[in-house]
Amino acid sequence: MAALSIRALSKRYANLEVLKGIDLDIESGEFTVLVGPSGCGKSTLLNIVAGLDRASDGKIEIGGRVVNDVPPKDRDIAMVFQSYALYPSMTVRQNITFGMECRHVAKAEQEKALANVAKLLQIEPLLGRKPSQLSGGQRQRVAMGRALVRDPLLFLFDEPLSNLDAKLRVEMRMEIKRLHQRIGATIIYVTHDQIEAMTMATRIAVMHRGVVQQFADPDTVYRYPANLFVARFMGSPPMNTMPARLEADAGGPVAVIGAGRPDEVRLRLQDYDAAASYVGREVVLGIRPECIAEGDRVFSGATGAPVIVTAPVELVEPTGAETIVLLRLGGEPAQARISPEIRPTPGGTASFALDTRRICLFDPETERLIA
Amino acid sequence: MRDRSFAPSRILIYLVVTLFAAAYLAPLVVVVLNSLRTNEEIAQGSMIGWPQHLAWGNYALAWSGFCIAETCAGIRPYMLNSALVTIPATIFSTLLGAVAGYAVSLWRFRGDNWIYGIVTLGLFLPQQMRLLPWTIVLRDIGLINTLWGLVLIHTIQGLSFTVLFCRNYYIAIPHELIRAARIDGAGFFRIFWRIILPLSAPILIVTVIWQFTHIWNEFLYGVTFTTGQQQPVTAALIALSAAVADIPQHGVQSAAVIIAALPTLLIYLFGGRYFVRGLTAGAVK
Amino acid sequence: MSNVVSTAARPATSEMVRRLPEYLMIWVPLLLSAAHLISFSIWTIWISFTPSTLIPVSGWVGLRNYNAVLASRNWQIAFDNLLLFGIAFVLLSLITGLALAILLDQRIRGENVLRTIFLYPLAVSFVVTGTVWSWLLNPGIGIEKLIHDLGWSSFHFDWLVNRDMAIWTIVIAAIWQSSGFAMALFLAGLRSVDTDIIRAAQIDGAGPIRTYVRVILPTLWPITITVVVVQLQFAISAFDLVRALTNGGPGIATQLPALVVYDLMFQRSQLGRGAAAAVLMLLILLAVLLPYAAWRYVQRRQATHA
Repeated sequence: MAALSIRALSKRYANLEVLKGIDLDIESGEFTVLVGPSGCGKSTLLNIVAGLDRASDGKIEIGGRVVNDVPPKDRDIAMVFQSYALYPSMTVRQNITFGMECRHVAKAEQEKALANVAKLLQIEPLLGRKPSQLSGGQRQRVAMGRALVRDPLLFLFDEPLSNLDAKLRVEMRMEIKRLHQRIGATIIYVTHDQIEAMTMATRIAVMHRGVVQQFADPDTVYRYPANLFVARFMGSPPMNTMPARLEADAGGPVAVIGAGRPDEVRLRLQDYDAAASYVGREVVLGIRPECIAEGDRVFSGATGAPVIVTAPVELVEPTGAETIVLLRLGGEPAQARISPEIRPTPGGTASFALDTRRICLFDPETERLIA
Repeated sequence: MRDRSFAPSRILIYLVVTLFAAAYLAPLVVVVLNSLRTNEEIAQGSMIGWPQHLAWGNYALAWSGFCIAETCAGIRPYMLNSALVTIPATIFSTLLGAVAGYAVSLWRFRGDNWIYGIVTLGLFLPQQMRLLPWTIVLRDIGLINTLWGLVLIHTIQGLSFTVLFCRNYYIAIPHELIRAARIDGAGFFRIFWRIILPLSAPILIVTVIWQFTHIWNEFLYGVTFTTGQQQPVTAALIALSAAVADIPQHGVQSAAVIIAALPTLLIYLFGGRYFVRGLTAGAVK
Repeated sequence: MSNVVSTAARPATSEMVRRLPEYLMIWVPLLLSAAHLISFSIWTIWISFTPSTLIPVSGWVGLRNYNAVLASRNWQIAFDNLLLFGIAFVLLSLITGLALAILLDQRIRGENVLRTIFLYPLAVSFVVTGTVWSWLLNPGIGIEKLIHDLGWSSFHFDWLVNRDMAIWTIVIAAIWQSSGFAMALFLAGLRSVDTDIIRAAQIDGAGPIRTYVRVILPTLWPITITVVVVQLQFAISAFDLVRALTNGGPGIATQLPALVVYDLMFQRSQLGRGAAAAVLMLLILLAVLLPYAAWRYVQRRQATHA
């Protein structure tokens, strides 16, 4: 059964359309991340699912029930907020039981649910404290406790980690993922951070300008971005995209970057049947930085002769774990992730190995993935 | 630049501040001293002087003895009138203003900005523009020359201030708090009672002090809409000055002035911080 | 279950009924307040165009009431007094308030006590202030009498009963009462100056006085405008203070617009003219407030665009 089903949902404020015909089906037990830049409509969508905002058009079903006109409290949902939204005047205990108090749950039952959640999140020693006496990570836990105690059909997370410092964020990320695996809850998680999306989600919905650009599992989103926006948004550094020309050759299609230049780069493509109709036309070529490496790298699972190019190096950024190199392929700027021990000289040239199996081609007009 | 050394310039600063402070305190000191001098003593010299014998009797006389117009009950009944107007009007306007301020700041509804804008215009509309209409309204609903009439006026007019104060305070409360509570299943009043009100102590104190001080000190409506025994103490003080114009009783009058000013002065002394906050909040509308 | 919900969908009627108490609690006070402001203003403006005297009557006399008020000696004196009082009071209370704020900003001992002393007059009613100052300034029993008793018999301080100077007694009492307000706002302004700016000025080599005059004081001008507007608003509608201090006298030497309105409405039973005078007061107030509102609007636009 679908935990959440959204049909043709749109939202307009005066003459501004922030959501344009969203369709989503989320299965029970899934961890769905809505990711996109700020202003893409992801938080509005979450608020509409929560019932805190009304849809202008469309239908929302939670657990098979149409909830468009159901107030938030009756939707069988729980929500964790960016600012945690802990009630400042209440203790941790009261924060967690307030919802049950509103729903007139018996005292004994409240205590039982509270004890369970407190144990699960290891916040028992904090129950008597006020939110102002908690650290950021502790507040985060209490906010999750308030949601968990409800045992709802659907958990909604609205950028819950963005107020934490980098170290704590990574810890809490793992903890939320572990929690999901343990209790098997259905989670919808909004974030602008594509790393959070990649690491936590079972499925990612990438949003931009009020439209779901792609809704798929993380690997698919990363490996086969549906369009140029997704390609450039997911991944850090993002996918390199550059104009190229597709030419026919004896062994199949060849992508030419900087065609006609003395330093043009010709890349033979394998298994790109869909690209056949683009032969002789301009396309946008996308290649992930990790598919450009130092010249003697052998990519795992690669067969046949390696593709090696010599290219000018403009900038070198050592990060410790790897070295990011800004180079030019046929005159087009591109970033490469090379081994940390190798430091090419800026201003000189170096040879790079390319993993051409993972090249993506996009239609320059529609910006959609060709193959 | 702000060191604590005692250079000549520092001494000058202290000298000037002390002079200013003396000037600001002088009227109060003079009245307090006068309230302890007999009328004869003042009549022989001037208002400014040290009491020869402490004439505590002035206070008894001022409180419940001397005559204003035909009534000889001191200012006690008028103090009571002021209290009976000020306390209910302060409570009503503060509570209604808190709820309305909470609604316009945290529960957006159709027309909220419009109605809020109009209500705050009340901060600027001179009382003189409302004198005649209030006269007619009070007469028509039978509240002219009653304390409840003044309570009604001060409650409705006070809303302009109380809504503004509370709205500006509540607007800083994160909206997510309201959202979280709605998902928890709390409604308008429960959220107000359980979440907003416990956070409101500072602004409620500011509002209550502001309203109390203003209503207690108000004169124009008191003198216009009530007469004789129904007047608040500010109006009674003016009537007293007029009544004793021929044979001044400055000692008793001074005692009456002190008594009349005492409630707001005490509130100021004990809630000074909140009093000043109200002043600045009212100014930066 | 499959019907698509349209934009027009509203909460069900039962929901509206359930939420009735909260709608009442929100709307009744707000609507009462807004309605009284609008209807009372319109009604008073309307009366100012009618021949009403003892009781409100309908009819239309155009600007006759206005002409009568503007031509009356009472109003002319009141208006001249207002100009003098407004300017003198606002300027002097600004200067006093700023001086006090600067003095208190010098990290002096007993700042809290001093601040309490400078602000307490604000807690006292204008009636009390006026009454007390009427005693102090009364030549027969006040300061002049004291100095005479001390032996300086040629000393003269009779402004209260002097037609030309009486308005200044109101200025004195008003400054005593409300310069603390200016001080409080200025002091808050001085205290909110970014300490980084002060440190930067010190690194630039500015001495304490130069830092004060060139760096700190210029940040106060928005506060100054606010203080001026609030004090002008008080000056324009001043009533209680004058009533208690001089009652408009000697003669009508200290008449002010608010007293003229009261006099016309409730002592001479000239409701139409009284209303006209009230509207004139409102216009004077608007002449101050509208530019201020425009200024605030521009400031806010700039702040949001920056």
